[in-house]
Amino acid sequence: MTNKPIIKVENLVKKFGNFVANDHLNFEVYEGEIFGFLGANGAGKTTAIRILCGLSTPTSGNLNVAGFDIYKQTELIKRNIGYMSQKFSLYENLTLKENIRFYAGIYGLSSKEINKRMDNLLETLKIGDLRDKLIGSLPLGWKQKLAFSVAIFHRPRIVFLDEPTGGVDPITRRQFWDLIYQAANDGITIFVTTHYMDEAEYCDRVSIMVDGRIEALDTPAGLKKTYKVSNMDEVFLKLARAS
Amino acid sequence: MPDYSIIIQNISKSYGQVKALTDVSFQVEHSEIFGLIGPDGAGKTTLFRILTSLLIPDSGVATVEGFDVVKSYKQIRQITGYMPGRFSLYYDLTVEENLNFFATIFGTTIEENYHLIRDIYVQIEPFKKRRAGNLSGGMKQKLALSCALIHKPKVLVLDEPTTGVDAVSRKEFWEMLAKLKEQDITIIVSTPYMDEASLCDHVALIQKGKIMTIDTPAKIIEAYPDPLYKVSGPNMFNLLNQLRNFPKAKSAHRFGDSIHVAMKGDFGQAEIEDFTKEKGHEEIQVKPVNATIEDSFMALMNTNNDK
Repeated sequence: MTNKPIIKVENLVKKFGNFVANDHLNFEVYEGEIFGFLGANGAGKTTAIRILCGLSTPTSGNLNVAGFDIYKQTELIKRNIGYMSQKFSLYENLTLKENIRFYAGIYGLSSKEINKRMDNLLETLKIGDLRDKLIGSLPLGWKQKLAFSVAIFHRPRIVFLDEPTGGVDPITRRQFWDLIYQAANDGITIFVTTHYMDEAEYCDRVSIMVDGRIEALDTPAGLKKTYKVSNMDEVFLKLARAS
Repeated sequence: MPDYSIIIQNISKSYGQVKALTDVSFQVEHSEIFGLIGPDGAGKTTLFRILTSLLIPDSGVATVEGFDVVKSYKQIRQITGYMPGRFSLYYDLTVEENLNFFATIFGTTIEENYHLIRDIYVQIEPFKKRRAGNLSGGMKQKLALSCALIHKPKVLVLDEPTTGVDAVSRKEFWEMLAKLKEQDITIIVSTPYMDEASLCDHVALIQKGKIMTIDTPAKIIEAYPDPLYKVSGPNMFNLLNQLRNFPKAKSAHRFGDSIHVAMKGDFGQAEIEDFTKEKGHEEIQVKPVNATIEDSFMALMNTNNDK
């Protein structure tokens, strides 16, 4: 992790009619950081993530993602980020190889480059024999791990993970976090949401949103100290329940 | 009254080549909260669909309050309240219209059973003229539970009611279940969240269509086979990788801000301290720790995979 901000958010406001979904958000995310973006349902997380990904325009505020302006350079932002949704997003009736070719092709990688990276990936994950298997036929645990690998296949500078481990078994969940650590180690910034509070402990820093505002932002250790509790679950309950 | 509220005997179900359930058997006592704990794809939804007569098993027998789920499907539908994993109310109807609809289908009225849903329904009653499609996640969940309860079922079947729900709403939901239990309703609930197991009277841990163990949460934890230690220090990532390759350890898993290390045989705290020192770590804290359901689940997963 460096001290160089890769996401800068100043006074982000997003309104839907009279409803304020994001109420003056201010934060920075550093390059190579694992940043946990937590909050209760309806707190405004998805709205903020959609803005950071260039899919929605803020009502006001200054935002810069991966060096690009959120108002004028959304296409450049999209090219430099990866995204994995909580809903499984690979094509079930395409093979693993076809899925990779499809996504990498969208990002404009050459066939030669795709093949090289694919060989690398399959070797690292030790799943060369799955290359021509339909994604739909693979075990669930593998699917999530592959969806992540595909999301970072074009080597984005930031990857947004929206509840990537929901419903996953406890061992696969931990293997998934190994992949996250590996990616962060390789310099990719991780922006992740989760409802598992033990996973909040795995982040370098964590922000907690309540009713459209960021109520707390610190390292997990710092948050526990501030709120005088022993785990992140209690930090979350204290903040989100107080509202 | 039969001895058990739900009896499941040797139920199997396949979808083509995929075995969703293999020889599943267990009983659920009257007015208890029974948790079916396992990840996506474990077979939880298939089992619940069989219990609610929406799916017919390939083999085996199941009864709910003495009624066979295949032969007596009409009675089954009268006595069970089912909350499917996907929100299944009518988006175009208002809160009140949805509730009225379900009450009418079962030949009852909101007034007649209002006492059952009062605690839950009062929280959404201010929005009763709002369409269900415009409710927040937490409110949808409360409406779905109210609709599943409005005909005064003897058995409530809840399929992953807390999936995708934040920690605060999850807590509130379990508080509601604890209150319902006092109304003499049997509750069978599935969840992928291991920490919710401790809120159940009995739990079954299920993986790949097979039950790995069934007992009270306390007894499952008690049965954890190995000495377990909690290890933490400044460089967690390295520490974890090294402990995973520690020959005297059986397993090492991250748990929040520490690592749970299960030791082989008679090895214990001293061996962990020596090992971490040898690897150059300082300020390492090691202490014995009680297993959690998640530790048990992972240990059982490994045992089953070895077979």
